[in-house]
Amino acid sequence: MSRIRYYAPAATLFVAVLVTWELLVSVLGIQQFLLPRPSAIAAAFVDHLDELATAGRNTLIEAVGGLAIGGVAALAVAGATARWTTASRTLLPFAIAANSVPIIAFAPIMNNWFGVLNPLSKMMVVAVLVFFPVMINTVRGLTLVEPGSLELMRSYAADELAVFLKVRIPNALPYIFTALRVSATLSLIGAIVAEYFGGARSVLGQFIITEAAFFRFANAWAAIIVASAASIAFFLIILALERVALPWHASARATDAL
Amino acid sequence: MTFVDVVIALAVGWELVKLLGGDGFPGWTPPFQWQIASDLNMPHVWDIAAAFVEPAQRNGPPLGFVLANAAVFTFREAFGGFVFGAGLGLALAIVFVHSPLLERALVPYVVASQTVPIIAIAPMVVIWLQAGWLSVAVISAYLTFFPVTIAGVRGLRSPDPRAMELMRSYAAPTRDVLLKVRLPAAAPYLFAAFKIAATASVVGAIIGELPSGIREGLGGAILNFNQFYVSGPPKLWAAIIVAALVGISFFAAVRVAEVVMLRGRVAVAES
Amino acid sequence: MSEAVVRFRAVDKVFGSGADATKALDRIDLEVPKRAFVSLIGPSGCGKSTLLRLIGDLTRPNAGTIEVNGKSAHRARLDRDYGMVFQSPVLFDWRTVMRNVELPLEMSAIPKRARATRAQEMLALVELTGFERRYPWQLSGGMQQRVAIARALSFEPAILLMDEPFGALDEMTRERLNLELLRIWQQTGTTIVFVTHSIPEAVFLSTHVAVMSARPGRILDVIAVDLPQPRNDLTREDERYFGFITRVRERLRGGDAARPRAVEVAAS
Repeated sequence: MSRIRYYAPAATLFVAVLVTWELLVSVLGIQQFLLPRPSAIAAAFVDHLDELATAGRNTLIEAVGGLAIGGVAALAVAGATARWTTASRTLLPFAIAANSVPIIAFAPIMNNWFGVLNPLSKMMVVAVLVFFPVMINTVRGLTLVEPGSLELMRSYAADELAVFLKVRIPNALPYIFTALRVSATLSLIGAIVAEYFGGARSVLGQFIITEAAFFRFANAWAAIIVASAASIAFFLIILALERVALPWHASARATDAL
Repeated sequence: MTFVDVVIALAVGWELVKLLGGDGFPGWTPPFQWQIASDLNMPHVWDIAAAFVEPAQRNGPPLGFVLANAAVFTFREAFGGFVFGAGLGLALAIVFVHSPLLERALVPYVVASQTVPIIAIAPMVVIWLQAGWLSVAVISAYLTFFPVTIAGVRGLRSPDPRAMELMRSYAAPTRDVLLKVRLPAAAPYLFAAFKIAATASVVGAIIGELPSGIREGLGGAILNFNQFYVSGPPKLWAAIIVAALVGISFFAAVRVAEVVMLRGRVAVAES
Repeated sequence: MSEAVVRFRAVDKVFGSGADATKALDRIDLEVPKRAFVSLIGPSGCGKSTLLRLIGDLTRPNAGTIEVNGKSAHRARLDRDYGMVFQSPVLFDWRTVMRNVELPLEMSAIPKRARATRAQEMLALVELTGFERRYPWQLSGGMQQRVAIARALSFEPAILLMDEPFGALDEMTRERLNLELLRIWQQTGTTIVFVTHSIPEAVFLSTHVAVMSARPGRILDVIAVDLPQPRNDLTREDERYFGFITRVRERLRGGDAARPRAVEVAAS
């Protein structure tokens, strides 16, 4: 099926919803401050382009910085512990449980530790948020190796380092990228929610809250769209990186939308 | 290693960090000076424990009691969100599996929905639905439905094509195929998603309370104690610990349900 | 024939311990002459794969001695004296065909250019020139096994150990690969120990067929198959070919009836 035919229903739906939304709000006279018209949102977007761009950039920096910190830490911990396969797999349930702690509750603590206006406090929230998914998946990838491959390496009298470099790491790459995909969206949302607990004015989270507090919802929605677009862009960048790093994996897998 | 071991290890590690870089005791100056390890930023473990039994406010009930009530309050919202979200997720998955057209139309928006920061939508939901249990449950459901939808679609599509062919040979109606083949096959996937959803629902409930001005739940407690941080840091930590326990307990409960319902079946690795 | 490349003396192999112990192999005596093609055949569970893995030092005997290439099996593994082909090709998804074949060469610290040349040679040997840059999932099962064979031979081992390598393939591919394997064997002069379930395959390929009993596995007989070399499609129509097949089959059946019931190693 050609790309156009594939995306046609979604695109049609988008246009239909936009048009209906615009008409309904005018016809039914719904209060603007509850549900602004798409045209109003577009206007707000244009009006505040500079502010939105700066806020978007700052928030993105927090997200990327946090992902870098948390991701690197997770890879290091997973790499260090994967050597002892049974030990690291016993730790997995605890990591999974730790992942069920509402990390967002730590936002106030990070603000207190690093300073409310310091982007680092938001980065640390993001770092903790992405640490566990990345670590869990990396451990899985490093340890869930086909026994046949390990036996093959034994028949070559290969040492543990060779097994690690030649088998475990390549095996783990698809798992790591799966975690990174999830982390991409998680990091941006985490940054914005962390900003809710306090942050500089020129970040998306604070912008949305301020505008919403003054009932300037068109502005708030414009910022939300920026956040969403940034998130999608981040996700697509990871996908592109994945294609480059794992050419064998991407083409072997059929494209699945979900 | 059990849960208790981990908790003890964490407490010991915490105090060790403070010993090395914190404020020290009379007669012991730590070798390092870490701002993070100060008594303000990292209260002693025993101070946090003590905070649970002391009154939260002057002449009020003990903090532990207050937090327990807040936990139950938040959990009810989270559970509601979980039920709504899981129900919506499963319904969407069933629709998508039976209608490729609807799937192609809606999937991009399902995925995009998760890129919209919930914290931004929350105030509007609160205005639309009036601040209260329902609006928080809806916000919580927003975070919950997505993993269930994804896992549901994968699971409902997972049965062996030969099993599907067998049902065709019986001229089985779609409903039977769904109930007898697809849903049982999807169960392991769904439970893996339910575990993620359990956590997400608690996060959603806490986040949902924030713009609603609801003070009776854990979100309210965290906000409250954050405002008075300097006068009593252990209280904020106590609230966080309780929030963590709620998240972990809900996760564990779903895990138990999984073991019971999927007795004898191979678990699907969580993704 | 020349000296033995593999020598088993009174080898026992027991799995598990105490009450759960099962004896997989019982007093195995076996000698594999240099340049021979020896097939191991026997009923399921008779321990033929275990025997192969003992040669490869992938498991250790409980009693007896094993000599490989004039050394202990352990030494032979460390010196990389053998190459192994399993039933599933065990290729690495993330490496191209060429890089898969180069894998054992990387362990031996052979310089890059020499590795590439060698890999090309091996791929030519298994007639897969032109497929160097493909990935395993792009090849058929038969082709993947040929890559596995190329890889096993890339470092010119004295011995090739093969554990039902063609078991997962269809009959026609199997017969074709049988011929290819014989050609490779003649060209390289490697000694081959080959485990199989198929009596015709064992007879067709081998210079010797070692018939094993059911568990605990014992060598019932080693039948020298003196059909003319090189073997080809005409061999499959030779009367003596069928004669050998019948002999092996009868020995297998006879072994079943003659052996006493499996002896469990009692807790002592």
